[in-house]
Amino acid sequence: MWRDAALVAGRDLRVELRSRVTTNQVAPFSVLVLILFAFALDPDRQLLERLASGLYWTAVLFAALLAISRSAAIDETDGVRDALRLSGIDPAGVFVGKAAAVAVVLLGLEVLLGVGVVVLYGVDLAGAGLVVLAALAATVAVAATGTLYGALVSGLRVRETLLPLLLLPVLAPVLIGATRAFEAALAGVPTDGWPWCGLLAGLAVLYAVAGALAYGTLLEGS
Amino acid sequence: MEPVVHLRAAVALLGRFPALAGIDLDVARGEIVLLRGPNGAGKTTVLRACAGLVPVVRGEAVVLGHDLRRDPRPVRRHVGLLGHATGLFDDLTVADNVRFWGRACGADPGDIAAAMALVGLDGRLRDVSVGRLSAGQRRRTSLACLLARRPELWLLDEPHAGLDHETRDQLDGLIGRAVEQGATVLIASHELDRAESLAHRVVELAGGMTVAPARPAPGVPTAEMPVSRTQEREASSPSPSPPEVSHVA
Repeated sequence: MWRDAALVAGRDLRVELRSRVTTNQVAPFSVLVLILFAFALDPDRQLLERLASGLYWTAVLFAALLAISRSAAIDETDGVRDALRLSGIDPAGVFVGKAAAVAVVLLGLEVLLGVGVVVLYGVDLAGAGLVVLAALAATVAVAATGTLYGALVSGLRVRETLLPLLLLPVLAPVLIGATRAFEAALAGVPTDGWPWCGLLAGLAVLYAVAGALAYGTLLEGS
Repeated sequence: MEPVVHLRAAVALLGRFPALAGIDLDVARGEIVLLRGPNGAGKTTVLRACAGLVPVVRGEAVVLGHDLRRDPRPVRRHVGLLGHATGLFDDLTVADNVRFWGRACGADPGDIAAAMALVGLDGRLRDVSVGRLSAGQRRRTSLACLLARRPELWLLDEPHAGLDHETRDQLDGLIGRAVEQGATVLIASHELDRAESLAHRVVELAGGMTVAPARPAPGVPTAEMPVSRTQEREASSPSPSPPEVSHVA
């Protein structure tokens, strides 16, 4: 499974590098969202600082929707799903590989958005350990769920509009957990954030295991 | 010898639509069989069913010794399907595509390089993005992916479509070589002149997507399926005989 996962992750990342959609479209879009929030709330600098965690994760989720749609689209075109089924690749390996590639893209975007939050919102970075671990857990949860739902809506004509509609409610606990963990870290009271980080880790494991188990059925059914 | 493909009263559904409504087909190892028929006759569905991509819901369906009704997945690694859809990634180069699909099927780097060389993709085209290729070049890339996996059963859907004359000859040569090495080939095609010249036997599908049980064409003394082109030549007269044709019931 791990060999298949590495193969699929390498392919998806290579497609992203060659197409440059993430660097030329998704990243600028994410930064634009942060800037718009800054414009909207600029008169109240304190409010902006207080809401920074929530705004950051909202921007991450918007970017994640684009990254997940891109990832799903790679396997949508021109008989790729049939070729995957014929190749004998372990479906769990396909899932892990795709989710890993989405996670790598998201982590890159999160770093960019993190810099944006510091620069635009004037946030002081504190509790780095909690921030990093919470971000990792939330990223895995978002990537796993997104990959699973991307396969679920695959082949449907309305998949582009249906994907966010299905995905965002499922990701609400991740958004809440990550925001609370970041708030605690940025407020300098990381002990309040660790339970939220634990919740995120639990969600990440749950979504990853569910995805690995269900992906084969979705691949066959599409 | 057990046939490579054995379909008996096989029924396959596409949604609720019976795309195959009771097909009988036996293909021996080393045989090239042409599926002929009008659009919608079920030719492509037969190929996809043999690849384990379309579930057979009734009848018998055994391919390469695997019972497709029980579990179609084990057969997939042993077949190569060249269909209308190429299964290629436009943003990746020709070499990236062949390498990915080759490695996905467990091919070693030598097989992958040899497959690209066989279809003439080892030159300047190897580093060109697939999205920039012509339809014929994409087809050749798909063919390289198929060759890299060295399938036991080749399932070719309109294999000559979009290819220039030279590449068609090259494809026919590759098919002949694969058969000599023990592969079995099932072709669905409208280009009858070229495909019939390749095939040992022609099976005709039509309307209800059923096919009559294989029977010898007039003038062919034995109903036994030829195992190879050589064997067929030995069994028939010195002059090349037309392929055996099974008509629709």
